[in-house]
Amino acid sequence: MTDLLATPAQTTEAASSRVDHMLIARMVADGARVLDVGCDDGALLRLLRDQHGVDARGMELSQRGVNDCVAKGLSVIQGDADVDLVDYPTDAFDYVILSQTVQATRNPKRVLENLLRIGRYAIVSFPNFGHWRIRAQIAFNGRMPITENLSHNWYDTPNIHFCTIRDFVVLTREINAKIISATAVDRFGSPLRVNAPWWFWNFFAEQAVFMLERE
Amino acid sequence: MTISDLQSIPVNSALLQFGADEMFVTDAGRSIAQMAIAYQTYGTLNGEKSNAVLICHALTGDQYVASQHPVTGKPGWWELMVGPGRPIDTSRYFVICSNVIGGCIGSTGPASVNPATGLSYGIDFPVLTINDIVRAQALLVDHLGIDTLFCVAGGSMGGMQVLQWAARFPERVFAALPIATGARHSAQNIAFHEVGRQAIMADPDWRAGRYLEEKVRPEKGLAVARMAAHITYLSENALQSKFGRKLQDRTSRTFSFDADFQVESYLRHQGASFVERFDANSYLYMTRAMDYFDLAAEYGGQLARAFLNSRTRFCVVSFTSDWLFPTSESRAVVHALNAGGASVSFVEIETDRGHDAFLLDVPDFIATTRGFLGSAAQARGLGAVSGVKA
Repeated sequence: MTDLLATPAQTTEAASSRVDHMLIARMVADGARVLDVGCDDGALLRLLRDQHGVDARGMELSQRGVNDCVAKGLSVIQGDADVDLVDYPTDAFDYVILSQTVQATRNPKRVLENLLRIGRYAIVSFPNFGHWRIRAQIAFNGRMPITENLSHNWYDTPNIHFCTIRDFVVLTREINAKIISATAVDRFGSPLRVNAPWWFWNFFAEQAVFMLERE
Repeated sequence: MTISDLQSIPVNSALLQFGADEMFVTDAGRSIAQMAIAYQTYGTLNGEKSNAVLICHALTGDQYVASQHPVTGKPGWWELMVGPGRPIDTSRYFVICSNVIGGCIGSTGPASVNPATGLSYGIDFPVLTINDIVRAQALLVDHLGIDTLFCVAGGSMGGMQVLQWAARFPERVFAALPIATGARHSAQNIAFHEVGRQAIMADPDWRAGRYLEEKVRPEKGLAVARMAAHITYLSENALQSKFGRKLQDRTSRTFSFDADFQVESYLRHQGASFVERFDANSYLYMTRAMDYFDLAAEYGGQLARAFLNSRTRFCVVSFTSDWLFPTSESRAVVHALNAGGASVSFVEIETDRGHDAFLLDVPDFIATTRGFLGSAAQARGLGAVSGVKA
């Protein structure tokens, strides 16, 4: 399955053109207050700040990422989504973003609850573990899947809580979140048909971006 | 050079001198008449007076942040950070650094003459708080005609002053850079300070604080205080890698209490050189001001209330190996700032250089400061060229 093995991680420069970043940026109202949890090197924050006039704040676990952000003039604090979100006051932000991070948290449910407490809207993007290539790797290869988006071996992955799109939808119901919008993206970065049924998304989407609101 | 009387320090700083009718009332309710504040400035204040940076010095620091110290002849204590082309760029910003009140390098302190008695204050000088120190600085900033400071920056006790500034004068602080500090002094830190104070007061030459009149100085006590404190400024790893068990100028143990080990020799040197430039009573007052610092207590026990609705941009910095002001202290400040809705960045810099890392060449720290101030300057509308608005 060499064709599905990881390509090198995307560079910092290319990061701001990440598909999910572009999608998220379109969901955020100009001038809003935004917290990006797991903001990495600040690519999305910069996109939001520079092109949408957003009051952009970040939280990032890695020392390197935080330093990069602060050196770029972004307001970012070093913190852990599992631990430090509780310190943010309720309704502090218009949007709280969790981009490609939920699967790396220890307690995704509590993290999502905190997102919806801190922000009016939560925007969550994640890799869909129900994608057919992933299913195929497990079904036919008998190995834990490795793809472009999920490039780690099972033993060194930070991603400890994978879910499928349908799993995520179930969780949103459990935490009483309302789905404002859901966008699925195929492996070429194109959004899938909006009126497709959930099973179709769950099979063909490589990533999903959900906008949630408290019920 | 040694000094027998600290009043003889050849201070070459500018001096803000208050008159006999201008009383400075301390938090303790005591008054200081004819207060003086010694300060240095670097760079040029722009027409809008929007590019002033106030640097707050640490416990044993002084106003010579980027110029030669008159006693030691050493370069300024933060020349890595302050100067032309440095992160706190003196070709771009107007930098102010004053000797804190209670200090001993030109500002009124326990070694100064009490106009009421004609003798040095000694321990009759009022015990000060960080808030007193900051209020005195605010008078200096007023005197310089500056309404809003572009940035207030400082490490350790200087960082306490930064937090106090941001809490007390939020509208006068555009950006705040508290480094290696905390919103209160911990029990362990108070304990170390108490060791230092007891060392000074146990020195027979302390003379119940009136040593200046008797033409002596408690040099041994002050040196011991400095030695103990200096250990807290370093990290175990740094001490181990710098000195290990290496012997000082000898090949074997002398079976005496001479400084056999390099680390002993180093500490003795730190103590001996410190007493040449610092007044023992001033050390008592500075450590006390730090011990009394508890910003939350001034706001009903809730630190977040100190920063409620603050529009100041904060960048909080800690160092991994700093056990005097560990990262948890900075995190408490960050949490309070977040809870208060303030704009805050927080960076924990990885280094083995301990608390003193803020004074040293730590590239990540310098890059962080440059990035934070650069973007704050942009937001403030400060151009790249001195005194010219973008």
